[in-house]
Amino acid sequence: MQKLIMLLWVTLISLNLIAQEIPEKPNPPRLVNDYVGAMRDGEKQQLEATLDQFARETSTQIVVLVVKDFGGTTREDFAVRVGEKWGVGQKDKDNGLVVVVKPRFGNERGEAFIATGYGLEGAVPDAVVKRLIDAEMIPFFKQGDYYGGINAAAIKLMGLTRGEYTADQYLKESKKARPSSWFGLIFLVILIIFVMRSSSASNKSSLGGSSLPFLVMLGMMGSSRGSHGGSYGNFSGGSGGFGGFGGGSFGGGGAGGSW
Amino acid sequence: MKKIQVYLMALVMVPFFASCGYNSMVEKSEAVDASWAQVENVYQRRADLIPNLVNTVKGYAAHEKETLQGVIEARSKATSVNIDASKLNAESLAQFQQAQGGLSSALSKLMVVMERYPDLKANQNFLELQAQLEGTENRITVERQRFNDASKDYNTYIKKFPRVIYAKWFDFVEKPYFKAEEGSNKAPKVEF
Repeated sequence: MQKLIMLLWVTLISLNLIAQEIPEKPNPPRLVNDYVGAMRDGEKQQLEATLDQFARETSTQIVVLVVKDFGGTTREDFAVRVGEKWGVGQKDKDNGLVVVVKPRFGNERGEAFIATGYGLEGAVPDAVVKRLIDAEMIPFFKQGDYYGGINAAAIKLMGLTRGEYTADQYLKESKKARPSSWFGLIFLVILIIFVMRSSSASNKSSLGGSSLPFLVMLGMMGSSRGSHGGSYGNFSGGSGGFGGFGGGSFGGGGAGGSW
Repeated sequence: MKKIQVYLMALVMVPFFASCGYNSMVEKSEAVDASWAQVENVYQRRADLIPNLVNTVKGYAAHEKETLQGVIEARSKATSVNIDASKLNAESLAQFQQAQGGLSSALSKLMVVMERYPDLKANQNFLELQAQLEGTENRITVERQRFNDASKDYNTYIKKFPRVIYAKWFDFVEKPYFKAEEGSNKAPKVEF
């Protein structure tokens, strides 16, 4: 009997430990993540569609989480950790926003926090976020309308960040990046041709006898090429819906409020 | 022929140098320096907010001279301690932390005093400054955490075999950590 109780305890503790973690990146990637069912399905879909459209147009990603608790940490720490772990925003722009809402349960206060990525700290200063939460979100939240509050805040955030980054700029940059991996290959081919020619031309001279240095060099180039892989994989995930998170970074900017 | 042999040797040696971790030590050391720059940035950001904050508070709470003076003094003390990334060690970091901690506690005293002035708390300018200050404290927490992570990564790397033998030959010495806050060193918490 005691063993059984012990076992129960262990399971409870381990369950509790799981609950204290930062949520996993949703797969397939989703921008609206309602873990407590505070919004209706239709509302969630509509919000997801709006935010997805915005992410496509501007490359700025706004992620919404409605959570039961902050995983044993503070709201600001939670929001920053989610942003970092999921990689919200683009890697080179850090233009992600994480909106975290903890609805009011019973006597517990409801809390909200919006974390701004490094690249958006200028477009969305902390003071603006604070005012946005107090004026746009909390009046809706007080009436239990979570969709209304989040939607109002999302519209404001989209307005603030729209001019900051554009998608074409992003597309151009990512296209430019591609040829660099081909460049190495072309260089390699030219080098091989050059080596073959020069070694056949100077066969009789005592200097050009060995092509070993070039072989060593080729080997080194081959090994260095391997380390470049993986940096393009960020956008390939996801089918149909939202295209995937880009690896943006967060520095603790943003503000919160409670009601 | 001799020359060719030297070139050959050098070429063969290059991958060896790369694999003994010299380059990684440089990279990790640079990562620590970069994160230190970020730490200084966010502390500077806090220092920059203070003149504005003090001026706003003065308008409403002129007789809190002592507290305001304390903040101004702590600020000038904190901004006078700057550490070059190359001179970063446990001692200088402790000094830095102490100076910044002095400012933190002066600020939290100020925040407590402000509770007595409802007019001030309703001032839009003050509310914005307060939001910025809170955001800056969050940024400080984040950057300190990242600095410690980078330091730990670097320290673990140079202390592992075989690098532990030759890391010091190239001046790769241990980097310090931010210590956990002591009581006086808490960030100002403002609750309404």
